[in-house]
Amino acid sequence: MIIKTHKDIPSSDITDPLIFKQRRQIIKAMMGSLAAGAAGVSASSALAETKSVWTDLPKANVPAESLIATPADIVKNHTNYYEFTFNKTDATQLAQRLPTDPWSVEISGEVEKPAVYHLEDILSQQSLQEYIYRFRCVEAWSMVVPWIGFPLMNLLKIAKPLSSAQFVQFTSIYDPKTMPNQRDNAMLEWPYVEGLRIDEAMHPLTILAAGMYGERMPKQNGAPLRLVVPWKYGFKSIKAIVKIELVKKPPVTTWNKFAPNDYGFYSNVNPEVPHPRWSQNSERQLGSGFFTPRRKTELFNGYGSQVASLYSDMDLRHFF
Amino acid sequence: MFLSSKNRWLFIALVCFLPLIVILLDIANNNLGADPIQTLHIRLGDWSLRFLWLTLTITPLQTITKWRKMADYRQMLGMVAFFYASLHVLVYILVDHGLDWHLIAIDILESPYIWLGVLAYSIIFALAISSPKFGKKLLGKNWKKLHRFIYLAAIAAIIHYYWQLKGNMAEPLFYLILIFLLFGFRIAVWIKNRQLHKMMIPSTRKIRVKTVQRPLEVKKTTAPSKSIQHELVIEEVDEQ
Repeated sequence: MIIKTHKDIPSSDITDPLIFKQRRQIIKAMMGSLAAGAAGVSASSALAETKSVWTDLPKANVPAESLIATPADIVKNHTNYYEFTFNKTDATQLAQRLPTDPWSVEISGEVEKPAVYHLEDILSQQSLQEYIYRFRCVEAWSMVVPWIGFPLMNLLKIAKPLSSAQFVQFTSIYDPKTMPNQRDNAMLEWPYVEGLRIDEAMHPLTILAAGMYGERMPKQNGAPLRLVVPWKYGFKSIKAIVKIELVKKPPVTTWNKFAPNDYGFYSNVNPEVPHPRWSQNSERQLGSGFFTPRRKTELFNGYGSQVASLYSDMDLRHFF
Repeated sequence: MFLSSKNRWLFIALVCFLPLIVILLDIANNNLGADPIQTLHIRLGDWSLRFLWLTLTITPLQTITKWRKMADYRQMLGMVAFFYASLHVLVYILVDHGLDWHLIAIDILESPYIWLGVLAYSIIFALAISSPKFGKKLLGKNWKKLHRFIYLAAIAAIIHYYWQLKGNMAEPLFYLILIFLLFGFRIAVWIKNRQLHKMMIPSTRKIRVKTVQRPLEVKKTTAPSKSIQHELVIEEVDEQ
C-alpha cells in the first residue's frame, strides 16, 4: 500500500490539493523559500491548459483567508445531482445531455417588474467576479470552490422586490426527457425547489454562479446558473435555475418536504446541531491525503462574522 | 467437485481475499474517486455485509441440498466477514479520524448509525474470538446460544447501512430482502420442526403422586408400633 503523507501548510483549515502540493514541494525543495508565490504560479499554469472563458476576473471582496481551491477534477466528478443519478460520479456524464443554451430565467411574484430574462442578458449586465468559497455538504464532506458569479441581490434589485416579498423561492429545470429520475418520479418531488429568507437572499455572500475554475459552469455542477450560499449545507445551493419567485410565505423546499426532521428550511452549517442520524462536528476535506486530519466544522461554515447577525434572535437548534 | 479438498479450501480462500486485493490495487493507483476514504468505508463495509450474508446462507442451502460438507465453510466465511468488518473499523479509526479519540467520541455519540455499527461489530468480534475449537469447548452449550446473536448483528449492520444514507435506499433494500428471505427460511424450518415434533412424540405424560397410608406390618418380635409407612404410588394418567 502506498501511503502519501505530507506536511500541511500551517493554516489548518485549507483543503490541500494533493497534486498542486506535490509540485509545490518540488519547487520548494529547489527554490527554497519561494513557496508563497508558487501556489499562484502552479494554479494559473494548470488553468491555462484548460479552455478558460473568463480570465483575470477580479476577486470578490469576500473572506477567503488562505483558501486553496480543491483540484477541479474532484469538484467536477463528485456531485449530488439526483435528477440524473443518486451516484456522485455518474452525473458527470449523464448531465451532458441537458440542453443549457439558450436558457432563460423567470423572475416573478412579489416584484414590481416581473420578467423573463435570457441568461446572456443577465450575465452581460452583471460584473462577474471570482468567489472562493468553502462548500460543506450535509453528508460531512467539504471542498473549496472558486465560483464565478455575481451577488443574487444585484439581480433581485433589477426586478424591484415589493415590501411584501419575505422569501425567495428557486426552482430547477424540469426536463424528464433528459433527467431519468424526474422521468421515473424517483425519490424526491420534482422539480427541485429551494428557498431563502429575503435577508439571506440579499446578503452579499449569496451569489448566482455561472462558472467555476475560470470556465463556464460544467453541466454536472449546475449549469448554466446555480445558487451558492456558502454558509448553508450544499443542497441549499440549487442547480440549473429556471425560476426565481419572490413570495410572502416560506417556500416548501424539496429536501425539507422529503424529510422534515432531517433537513430544515435554514440548514445553516452548524457543528452543534447533528443530523438525526450522524454528527456534523467535523468534515472530510476532499482532495486532501489519506492521513490529513478531518476539519472541525465551523458554525456558518466559517462565515459567522458576516452572517451570524441574520440569526441573532433565533434558537438555531429549533430553526435548524 | 473438480478440485481436491485441499485445493478447494485454497481456492475459496483466494476468492475471499480477491476484493481486498482489488481495493489495495485501487489505493496504489489512486483510483478511489474524489472521496477515497468514503469509498474505502463503503467498499469494506459492503464486503463485510456480503460475507456475513453468505455465512447466513450456508445453513438454508445445506438444508435444501442436503450437502453436509458446506458447514465446514461456514466458520471460514464468518471469519472473512469479521476480517472485512475489522478493516472497516480500522479505516474509520486510523485513516478517517487519525486516532483522534476526542473526535471519534463526539462522532460516535452524535451518530446513531454508528451505534448500530458498534453493536454489530461487537457481536461479530465476540463470535470471531469464540469461533475456534477451544472456544466451543470452553462455552459448551452456551456457544450455540452466543452464536445465534449473528442474526442481531446482521440486523444491526443493515440498519447501520441504511442510516448513513441521505435517502437513496436501493442497495440496502437488496440486502434487506435477502435477510428477510434468510430469516423466513429459518422461521419456516422452525415451524415445520415444531409440527413434526408434535406428530411424532406422544403427548406428554402427567404423573400423579398419591400417598397411601398403610399400617406397618408388625414384626412378631417387636412391640406394636404406631408408625405408619408412607408408600408412594405412581400412576400414569393419560391426558386426553
